[in-house]
Amino acid sequence: MLSKRIIPCLDVKDGRTVKGVNFVDLKDAGDPVELAWQYAQQGADELVFLDITATNERRKTMIEMVKSVARQLNIPFTIGGGITAIADAEALLNAGADKISINSAAVKNPQLIADLAKVFGVQFVVVAVDTKLIAGRNMVHLNGGRLTTEIETEHWIKQAEEYGAGEILLTSMDHDGTKQGFDCNLLDKISKLINIPVIASGGAGKIEHFTEVFSTTGVDAALAASVFHFGEIPIPILKNELNKHNIPVRL
Amino acid sequence: MIGIVNYGAGNIFSLESALSRIGLSYGMINTVEDFDLYSHIIIPGVGHAGAAMEKLNNTGLVEAIRQLKKPVLGICVGMQLLTSHSEEGDARLTDIVPLETKLFDRNLGIKVPHMGWNNIEIKNNLLFEGVENQTQFYFVHSYFIEYNAIFEIATADYGLPFSAAIQKDNFYGVQFHPEKSGAAGERLLMNFSNLKQ
Repeated sequence: MLSKRIIPCLDVKDGRTVKGVNFVDLKDAGDPVELAWQYAQQGADELVFLDITATNERRKTMIEMVKSVARQLNIPFTIGGGITAIADAEALLNAGADKISINSAAVKNPQLIADLAKVFGVQFVVVAVDTKLIAGRNMVHLNGGRLTTEIETEHWIKQAEEYGAGEILLTSMDHDGTKQGFDCNLLDKISKLINIPVIASGGAGKIEHFTEVFSTTGVDAALAASVFHFGEIPIPILKNELNKHNIPVRL
Repeated sequence: MIGIVNYGAGNIFSLESALSRIGLSYGMINTVEDFDLYSHIIIPGVGHAGAAMEKLNNTGLVEAIRQLKKPVLGICVGMQLLTSHSEEGDARLTDIVPLETKLFDRNLGIKVPHMGWNNIEIKNNLLFEGVENQTQFYFVHSYFIEYNAIFEIATADYGLPFSAAIQKDNFYGVQFHPEKSGAAGERLLMNFSNLKQ
């Protein structure tokens, strides 16, 4: 049986993880390699690194970081942030990334999904979607949520699948940061709508939220940041709890 | 020493990293002569099986691979290349193991690609020595090798039972990625390196 995946997400700037992380026994909380290794030891199934570097030097720094992570990490990981061309993706693949995640660039140019899927395979292409309710409709947002579009979320996700996305990472901006739980209604609708894996994101605050999202929706994975970084939800305890609820996990 | 068949099918940095982590040395195989330099051979692979086979054909190494008597391990698409035919690109493959590579059927109520950690039913085989039955490995693929009791050394279930690992003589294949499957994956790579010629 296929296990449900637990995915910590790390923000990276200039090759260093940002947003404080307070694990015990960390020599350097900003070192992505050390953090990644810690998460793998705890039983994370996969990791996502989101590059929020704004400088021109970003690509070079990122490639070096990806290589170091790939050298140390024995679980898969995804790189997102600022990927707009085949060349960006290829450099990341060759540095050891298992998947890349594209967001705004895909909305602006959906053909990019098809091109990436053709060159690297659908399994390499994660399409990340930020969604927010506007007048009762779920609308796609770009540029880290700052820009509202006229595109309905469900419509876009269906389209992304048709273009060749291998996986959807869906973040509910209404739930993100609230710690009140995932947007289970929307996530269930989306996972029924498409035939590729869906990663739930936004709203995780306690263990019950993970149990809820896996028992009431068809999502394949759940992603969170702060609850893992600050040790509020230790991954081994989370997985044991999911297991008790008969949710298949890797223990 | 492990030789990696270098035919340009996808990223091999993760595989090299995994071998380094467990202290195994390796090199690249680019020509037929290179096979003599190594005791164990790995055929990596990601992406499209038809395209991968075309690249492998272009290297001129296929016949030499067929003749190998040393332990050979195909990983993911590298494993599929060992079979006779793939539905992906309707491609004729090396035909070392007489099996068919097929597309997962979405009508079975499964999502494709099969992506994530899946437990496997392990038969008694040196490749899995020290790996507990039902251990989970990391899979990511849309095509699978049909279940076959003769060549099967591990089975996974995803909508239907399929080959998680196969063996025919000195040829081994694993559908999952040992280089991304935590400690169990590293153990498997170590076991492979210990297989006798």
